[in-house]
Amino acid sequence: MNEFGFDIHDTRTIDFEQFDGRLLEYVLKLEPSFRVCLSCGGCTATCSAGNLIDFNIRKLNLLIRRGETDGLEKEINKCMLCGKCMLVCPRGINIRNVIMLIKKGIVKYKTEAKPAIKQYHYA
Amino acid sequence: MKKEGKQNIWKDYQKEIADNNYYFQRSCIRQNFFPGSENAFLKILTEELGKNIYDDARQTTCTGIGYHSDIIPFETIQTVVARHFALMTEMGFQNFVISCVTSFGIYSEVVETWKEFPEEEEKARNFLKKATGREFKIPENMTHASDIIYKFRDDIFSKRKYSLVNAKTGKPLKIVEHIGCHYAKIFPEKGVGGAEFPQVLSGMIESWGGEVIDYPERRHCCGFGFRHYLIMADRGYSVANSRKKFQSMEPYEPDAIICNCPGCTMFMDKWQYVIAEMENKTYGLNGTGVPVLTYEELAGLVLGYDPWDLGLQMHQVSCDSFLDKMQIEYDPALKYRGVNGKELETPVNSGCMC
Amino acid sequence: MKNIVTIGGGIAGIEVASLLSGLGYEVTLMEKAPELGGKIQNYNVLFPNFRHASEIKEYLFNKCKNNGFDIHTNTEIVDIVKKNGKFLIRAKNNKTFRSDAVIITTGFEFFDARKKEEYGYKIYDNVITSVDLEEKFKNAKKILTAKGKIPERIAFIHCVGSRDEKSGNHYCSKVCCITGVKQAIELREMLPDSEIFCFYIDLRMYAQSYEELYRSAQENYSIQFIRGRLSEVSGNFDESLLIKAEDTLSGRPLKMNVDLLVLLVGMEPGSGTTSLGKSCKLNFDSSGFLKAKDVHTKRNFSSKEGIFIAGTCSCPMSVNDTLENARSAAIEIHNYFKNK
Repeated sequence: MNEFGFDIHDTRTIDFEQFDGRLLEYVLKLEPSFRVCLSCGGCTATCSAGNLIDFNIRKLNLLIRRGETDGLEKEINKCMLCGKCMLVCPRGINIRNVIMLIKKGIVKYKTEAKPAIKQYHYA
Repeated sequence: MKKEGKQNIWKDYQKEIADNNYYFQRSCIRQNFFPGSENAFLKILTEELGKNIYDDARQTTCTGIGYHSDIIPFETIQTVVARHFALMTEMGFQNFVISCVTSFGIYSEVVETWKEFPEEEEKARNFLKKATGREFKIPENMTHASDIIYKFRDDIFSKRKYSLVNAKTGKPLKIVEHIGCHYAKIFPEKGVGGAEFPQVLSGMIESWGGEVIDYPERRHCCGFGFRHYLIMADRGYSVANSRKKFQSMEPYEPDAIICNCPGCTMFMDKWQYVIAEMENKTYGLNGTGVPVLTYEELAGLVLGYDPWDLGLQMHQVSCDSFLDKMQIEYDPALKYRGVNGKELETPVNSGCMC
Repeated sequence: MKNIVTIGGGIAGIEVASLLSGLGYEVTLMEKAPELGGKIQNYNVLFPNFRHASEIKEYLFNKCKNNGFDIHTNTEIVDIVKKNGKFLIRAKNNKTFRSDAVIITTGFEFFDARKKEEYGYKIYDNVITSVDLEEKFKNAKKILTAKGKIPERIAFIHCVGSRDEKSGNHYCSKVCCITGVKQAIELREMLPDSEIFCFYIDLRMYAQSYEELYRSAQENYSIQFIRGRLSEVSGNFDESLLIKAEDTLSGRPLKMNVDLLVLLVGMEPGSGTTSLGKSCKLNFDSSGFLKAKDVHTKRNFSSKEGIFIAGTCSCPMSVNDTLENARSAAIEIHNYFKNK
């Protein structure tokens, strides 16, 4: 193989055809209030950890809904479980439980093989 | 995809294309990569269509690449543009035909700037007079060379020797068309068919018997950029764009890709080799890559010109499979021979398929 | 006995005509189509409570029966001229009518989605508008893709033809967001296993029960809302569509394949509204709708004395807003005559 002096970049687009929805389904089943999140950002605004370090709980919750779970384990451990987000949430979501379930789900699915992602069939 | 829907949009974006008496503005890099194309264009216009087109030896590069890479300032490029208009005016022409799509974007941009800011036009006139003593008139009609071929595509087809049909199966060849970004994306009304569904190349392909492929990344840029490509370390970004297009067109199994911009043709052609070397992935049915042609080369093939006169041997991805599908007569032995049969070196196969 | 001509036989026209007739005036109602009713005839169920549109039509037609007034269908009005304090109204077929006051209730038209060429309406078979979808609901048609398969993923696109300089409409059409939520819920009831997405920029849940319906859509009907404007639609090798938007809340571009794409088209002033307003030299809003004399105190008055406006010829409105606006027009006209 020739070394041309550059790499071919990978796309950063969220691709719904490469969606690994296992973690999301797990969380939604056990904490159905998570369905009504509207990403208002109230949780992130009041977050104890988020105002000191790079931790955005609104964004993490959103990325799980997009199947983007890379690097989630490290990020989710930044949560201090203080509960301030739940005091703010206008939709009454049990955010602490969502975070606990994410942690449990990550451990659960770590040992499982990733399912085959739906690919396009060329006729 | 419904044709009628697209045709309604094409009706909104039709532009004036002059009939005859053209002043030809050549491209600087095109003649290196695709040497036969511009000559084929001139030959088709003068011999097949009997038009009057002037080829000026005093031209320089339009400096578009330099301008887009922030090396050439805007005042300089306006003066260069002014000089070419002056050369055209001196030879008595009013119809400016441009070979390169980047140039087309530059000339359009400068003329639009002069419309909105007449003081810039005054400045350009001043600079030109001081530097060269020339004066110029803005052309009445400014088109890209592909617009001319589009306009006369039916005349070309009437003189055809071959059509874009798979001679064995009788089915139309599946061709991907790729339009240079600067053709229609800057000024959609200056591109035939607009920016979303450009018609200039698809009109040619369909008139000549082929079938146009609509694939999801049809509108996507090939990644040429200008400053993005200058520095080697940045090229990963450029090649990723072309790769995105190749991945998107793959399920449609195209027989060829046609472009109207020199940068795009070069990219679509050469990146297939790079991707084959770096990722071991070749596109195209036989795993030998998808041939990439300019529209003049395609017109030349339809008219029965010799592929080696058109310069097809200079392409990175071999066009032989395409020629064989159309069952065009050519002599493989003459592929790497120069003028008067002079022996040239043959390219070395690096081991990858394209 | 004062007489009033109502131009436009949709819900606004019928409501104002029957109320004025009940107050004792001689009312004539003109409608350019062969039947009365206007757009409500094409709707299935209405937000926010999913009642059938046909019930509203029935309610209005009963009013027609109980408070008699003259009805002229197949009559398109082209000109209104004031002469000696009376209005001379001329129809396309050259029939003329006289009245002491005129009320314009000529309504709206839906944005023609073909103008948004990048969305592929009428180019790709599986791109439809909310109007097309409503027709399928109303006629109890099965929701299938063009090739007859059950769509596994459907996306609704908000703000098509509204809030968009390229379409020529800067304003918000108000009711398309709630229409999207309503249709998404209806679709979910027909397709329990499909994924349904709504791509919005801002969700305009302005009226009573709308916000609760939005929450219910998320909670009970598994509708997913993604904040991001659709940039373009392309056709895939099979009949599905590739759509691209930005997931603005995560700051990344997004793409997905959908089997069916529904464009929520906005409201535009009806062609009848525009041509009639121009020929009478009425003032128009910057949005192109008929301008009310005062937005707080004279909403049913046009810029010319004696010519009143009600309903969606003046701005986008929902069905219940239109009926309210029509009722207020009736009382304004009544007071206008009382105070003369």
